[in-house]
Amino acid sequence: MSYLTLTGIQKRFGATAAVDDFNLVAERGEFISFLGPSGCGKTTTLRMIAGFEQPTAGTILVDGKDITSQSPNRRNVGMVFQSYALFPNMTVADNVGFGLRVRKRPKAEIKNKVGELLDLIHLPDKAERYPWQLSGGQQQRVALARALAIEPQLLLLDEPLSALDAKIRIILRAEIRAIQRKLGITTVYVTHDQEEALSLSDRIVVMSEGRIEQIGTPFEIYNFPSTAFVARFVGTLNVVGARVLDPVAGTLEVAGQPIRAAGAIKAGHAGATVSVALRPEIISLGSHDGMNQLNGVVDDVTFLGAVVRVRIRFTDGSGTIAFDTFNNPHLAVPDPGTAITISFPPEACLVLDQAEVAAAVVPEDSGAA
Amino acid sequence: MKPSKIASWIVFIAGFLYFFVPLIGTLVFSLSTDPVGRSYSNMFADPQFFASLAFSAVIGVMTIAFSILIIVPTAFWVRLRMPQLRPVIEFVTLMPFVIPPVILVFGLIHAYGGTTLIPLANSDFGDNILVVAAYVVLSLPYMYRSVDAGLRAIDVRTITEASQSLGAGWVRILWQIILPNLRVALLSGVFLTFAIVIGEYTIATFLVRPSFGPYLSLLGQTNVYQSSAVTIVSFALTWIAMGLINVIGRRSPNQVQVAGGR
Repeated sequence: MSYLTLTGIQKRFGATAAVDDFNLVAERGEFISFLGPSGCGKTTTLRMIAGFEQPTAGTILVDGKDITSQSPNRRNVGMVFQSYALFPNMTVADNVGFGLRVRKRPKAEIKNKVGELLDLIHLPDKAERYPWQLSGGQQQRVALARALAIEPQLLLLDEPLSALDAKIRIILRAEIRAIQRKLGITTVYVTHDQEEALSLSDRIVVMSEGRIEQIGTPFEIYNFPSTAFVARFVGTLNVVGARVLDPVAGTLEVAGQPIRAAGAIKAGHAGATVSVALRPEIISLGSHDGMNQLNGVVDDVTFLGAVVRVRIRFTDGSGTIAFDTFNNPHLAVPDPGTAITISFPPEACLVLDQAEVAAAVVPEDSGAA
Repeated sequence: MKPSKIASWIVFIAGFLYFFVPLIGTLVFSLSTDPVGRSYSNMFADPQFFASLAFSAVIGVMTIAFSILIIVPTAFWVRLRMPQLRPVIEFVTLMPFVIPPVILVFGLIHAYGGTTLIPLANSDFGDNILVVAAYVVLSLPYMYRSVDAGLRAIDVRTITEASQSLGAGWVRILWQIILPNLRVALLSGVFLTFAIVIGEYTIATFLVRPSFGPYLSLLGQTNVYQSSAVTIVSFALTWIAMGLINVIGRRSPNQVQVAGGR
C-alpha cells in the first residue's frame, strides 16, 4: 500500500521550473534515494515534502493524508541536514530530546527515549557533550537520533554524508541503513553520490533538470538505464561513435569493425551515425564466442586499487574505449602499445542517437564517475 | 630587538599614555581634596548620585528589553525570509549617526507634546516612555549590528528548519534556539547600549529626566572634585561591564562547527 505519494509536483521560481511533473509512490518502510547532479531539483523536492517549500502545483500525501499546505512543524517529518544543524546551545541529550519537549512528553519518557537513541547511534557516553565537542560523524549521528526521537512518519536526509570524510561516510552510510531497516521508517535520501544511492536504496529516483529520468531498483538503474542520461550519470560509460548497418538485424560498425546489438536499432536508419554506450566492467579481455569483438591498441593503463582500467585506441583513429579488469598481481596487464582484442555481449550495447548523446553529457562536478 | 618590534612598542606606549594619562589625571585630581577621598565620601553620601544612577539604570534596562524585543525578531526575519531588505534595514539603523540627538528630541517633543494627538510629553510617565523610545533609536546601530553578527555566526536558516521539523513554532524557535545562540553577540550590544544610556545628556536634559548624564554635568559646574570622582566611578562601572562580557563570553558553549568531518 502506498505511504508517500507525490502527484504532479511542480515548483517554479519565476520563469524557471526547478521541479516539474514529479510523480512518486513509495511504500511504507521503503528507502528511496533522489539522485542527480547539482541543480536537478532533488533537494527542492525533499524540501517540499518537509514543508519548507510550497509546490506550485501537485499534491503530497502521507499515509493517505494530504499534507501539501501543512506547515513544516505540523507534518511529523524528521529531517537530517548536510550541515547537521544541531542546536549549539544545547547538549547532545537536549538536542535529541528537543522534539519530545516540544510535544510536552513526560520528563521520564524523554530521558528513556534519549537513552535508547544514544545507544542506537553508539554514543551513550556523549549525552552531556555540546555539539562543538563532537566530530562531524558524531554530530551527524546525533542529528539522526534527534530526527528519529519524534517517531516521524517520514525520515528525510539531505546529503547527510557530504561534509564527512570518505571512511566515516562509508561507516555512517551502513549505520543509517541498518537503523532504517530496524525501525522500518519510510526514508527519502537526497544525494549526488551514485555509490551512496546504489548501496543504500530500495529504489532510486534519478533526476535531471527538474524531471524524473528513471525510477527503479539500484540493479535496474545500473544495468538497464532507460535514458542516456541515466546510463551516463550512474556508473562509468564508454560512448563510441558507430554507423548503423542494418537497424532491423541490430548490426552496427565501430571503427570499421562489425558488432551487433541485442535487438532492432530504433536510434537510426541504415548508414546513420549513432553512438554506442558500454560499461567498462562488462568488457573482457580476449575473444569469446557469441560476443562482439573489437581490436585496438593499448593506449593507457590506470591502477584504481581493486581494479585496473585499460584504455584502448582504435587503429583507425576513431576513438578510444576503456574496460576494467580485476587487479591480480599474478596476471600480467597488457603494456601500452600492445595490440589486443576485447569482447562484450550484444545486450551490453546501448545505442544512442546524437540527441541522446548530448543529453548524456554530465557536468564534471556532478558526482558521476 | 627588531626595529619592527620597537615600533610596535612605541605605538603601544603612545596609545597607553593617550588613554590613561587623562584618566590618571582625573583620579589624582579627584583625590586632591583635604582630607583625601572626601569627594568620594561626598559622592556616596549624595542621595542624588544613587537616584540618578538608579533612574538611568532602569531606563537602560527598559531600553535594552525593548531593543531586543524589536531588533532580534526583525533581524532574524530579514536574514531568514527577506535578505534583499538587509541594505535598507542597515541604512535605517545608521540614522542615529546622521541625525543628532538634539534633532531627535525636538522632533519627539513636537510630535508628542502640547495639544498633539498623543501628548506623552505632558507627563512624567509619558516622558519616560519617550526617553526609552529615543534611546532605543540611539541604540539601533549597536544592537542591530551585534544581533546581525550573531545571526551570521550561526546557520540561521538550517537551524530554524531543523526546529520546525521537530515541531517547534516561531516563538519557541526565537526563545529557545535563536536567543540563546545570540547570547554573546547580544551582550556586546547590551553593554554598549547600557553605556550610552548611562552617560546620555541631551535627550535626558530636554525631556527633563533625572538621569545620570545631566547630574554629572550639573556636578561639573558646582563641584569639580566630586564630578571627577563620579567620572572615575562611572568609568570603573563600564570596565566591570566589559569584564563581564569577557567572562560570560568565555563560558559560552556556543562554538559552532557548521560542517566538516574530524
